[in-house]
Amino acid sequence: MKRNVRFIQGNEAIAAGAIYAGARFYAGYPITPSSEIMADSARLMPKVGGVFLQMEDEIGSIAAVVGASLAGAKAFTATSGPGFSLMQENLGVAVMGEVPCVVVNVQRNGPSTGLATKPGQADIMQIRWGRHGDQSVIALSPASVGECFLLTVQAFNFAEKFRVPVILAADEVVAHARQNLAMPAPGEIPLVDRKSPTVSPDKYRPFDAESDGIAPLAAYGSEYVFHVSSSMHGPDGYSNNNPENAAWRINQLHRKIEMHRGEIVLTKTYDTDDMDVLLIAYGATTGASRAAALKARKNGIKAGVLQLVTIWPFPDREVKMLAKRVKKIVVPEMNYAGQVAGEVQKVIEPGVELKKVNKYNGQIITPQDILEAL
Amino acid sequence: MLQKTGKKYLKDGVLPHMWCAGCGIGVMLGALLRSFEELGYAKNDVVVVTGIGCTGKADDYLTTNALHTTHGRALAFATGIKAFKPGLKVVVLMGDGDSVTIGGNHFIHAARRNIDLTAIIINNFNFGMTGGQASGTTPSGKISSTTLYGNPERDFDVSALAMAAGASYVARSTPAHAWELTQYIKEALTKKGFSLVEVFSPCPTNYGKNNKMGDPLEMLRWLKEKGVSPEEYERLGELEKDEYFAIGKFCDRDIPDFNTRYEEIRARALSS
Repeated sequence: MKRNVRFIQGNEAIAAGAIYAGARFYAGYPITPSSEIMADSARLMPKVGGVFLQMEDEIGSIAAVVGASLAGAKAFTATSGPGFSLMQENLGVAVMGEVPCVVVNVQRNGPSTGLATKPGQADIMQIRWGRHGDQSVIALSPASVGECFLLTVQAFNFAEKFRVPVILAADEVVAHARQNLAMPAPGEIPLVDRKSPTVSPDKYRPFDAESDGIAPLAAYGSEYVFHVSSSMHGPDGYSNNNPENAAWRINQLHRKIEMHRGEIVLTKTYDTDDMDVLLIAYGATTGASRAAALKARKNGIKAGVLQLVTIWPFPDREVKMLAKRVKKIVVPEMNYAGQVAGEVQKVIEPGVELKKVNKYNGQIITPQDILEAL
Repeated sequence: MLQKTGKKYLKDGVLPHMWCAGCGIGVMLGALLRSFEELGYAKNDVVVVTGIGCTGKADDYLTTNALHTTHGRALAFATGIKAFKPGLKVVVLMGDGDSVTIGGNHFIHAARRNIDLTAIIINNFNFGMTGGQASGTTPSGKISSTTLYGNPERDFDVSALAMAAGASYVARSTPAHAWELTQYIKEALTKKGFSLVEVFSPCPTNYGKNNKMGDPLEMLRWLKEKGVSPEEYERLGELEKDEYFAIGKFCDRDIPDFNTRYEEIRARALSS
């Protein structure tokens, strides 16, 4: 089969992946370093019969995405740190209302306005815990232009299947990297659509989870009339202040992710079979880690790499299993505290040395930086 | 002729409603549901979007599609629904806190974009739910639980704001003018483009009590007596203008709505 190969940027691959996944609604607000996703969406959406909306701010962008999703669209937005901060409250509505949607966060250096054009990986905890209250989300982190495309499709598939917002945790390095991408042919990657109700319209309850933990979701304007609420609600979507109901709802928001953890948690390993040292990487640090590991092997250190493709829910079992086989773990990341390293620390046995490599000056982590830690 | 009650859009077993005696939200909701029935709307063709506050509780009384959202952002959620599915009738119910205090940015941009939504704003000049704090529509000098010695700030004229921002249709009424209110809501629902019905409304529990405006009946009398037509209002002297207010239809103009213009753009994109 002759492939359509394009030399494109990560951000362009994300927009292309979204269209491929069936996204037909984009609402957003311009922000560096994510703007190319918006520009491409503005160009492509009208051509595929979709809707592109430039909203007045990021608060409105995620709100419009949630509204469009409930009207039946596969919907998404893209932003960076400051915009992602603004989106948190309404992202909570998507969690509470179990509304499928995808939010791309092209991470840049912070805090606050920070270095707007420089990379960061310091939003890992915000992605997981940025909203108030108990909730659970899925986050995926692409490490290449190819993964920008594939994981965007995966993000939509997870969002649709589990009725949950999925955050694509990209970073400026990956988003602006240019690589060859063999565009997948239509139908080559399976696409998932949300489960539609099959009961008669008078019996439909939008939060009545089936045995797989997921409730079917109708669309506004279909024969099904339904209620979605940011307030605590019962299976019918109407307000419900009963403590038992509240506990059931909170459990449900977590249970549907936990039940399907095996399917959601994606990792890749490189040269881990005989390793003495494990590098744990995600996003932009993956390439540098693999280069460092290869170099280390030439110097006689058997290094392997675990790439966290899914970062939330955290791949704790995968980390734990590989950590048993090494004496030393190195976690390079573009943040000060070691946000992923902290999660790694939680699951490894005492006696395994955990070495953090942190860079937070807006410069990427190089293989040399990692080699020094080895 | 049988009067339309709008009862089929009202959830069974929810009455009496939660709002205080003398509050205008119930009257507005009754007018809205009667309007739905008179216009022959099916429940699945309508989406009612609410924010947070006293008015934000309205969705729980309805049998139509509904989306209860966050404080100030109802219009942005509604924009996404309408932009993706233009055939839906999307109604946004907000208070003055929701619409022009925390949500002012979405309000002016929804009007500018002229997206075909119907916004109904219960303006009771303060935050009712949280205990009578000042909002963006509390008049200068008035007492609220956060302006104990008088409000140092000026108030928004919500209708004028919507007109200046580009809305297709703007009218103001009160619960003391329930028939007119229903007519305006029906016109707003059928008008293409962004339409606003502002409802000056009594809050006897907070704003009325704080400003010694009397019991619910006296507050209704205030709305009935001080509400005059826009023409009469214009003829008043500057001092009287502080005491009276204009009710009626302020604008009803034909401007292409967002979806109509987007369809044109989409056709252009497809042919490019």
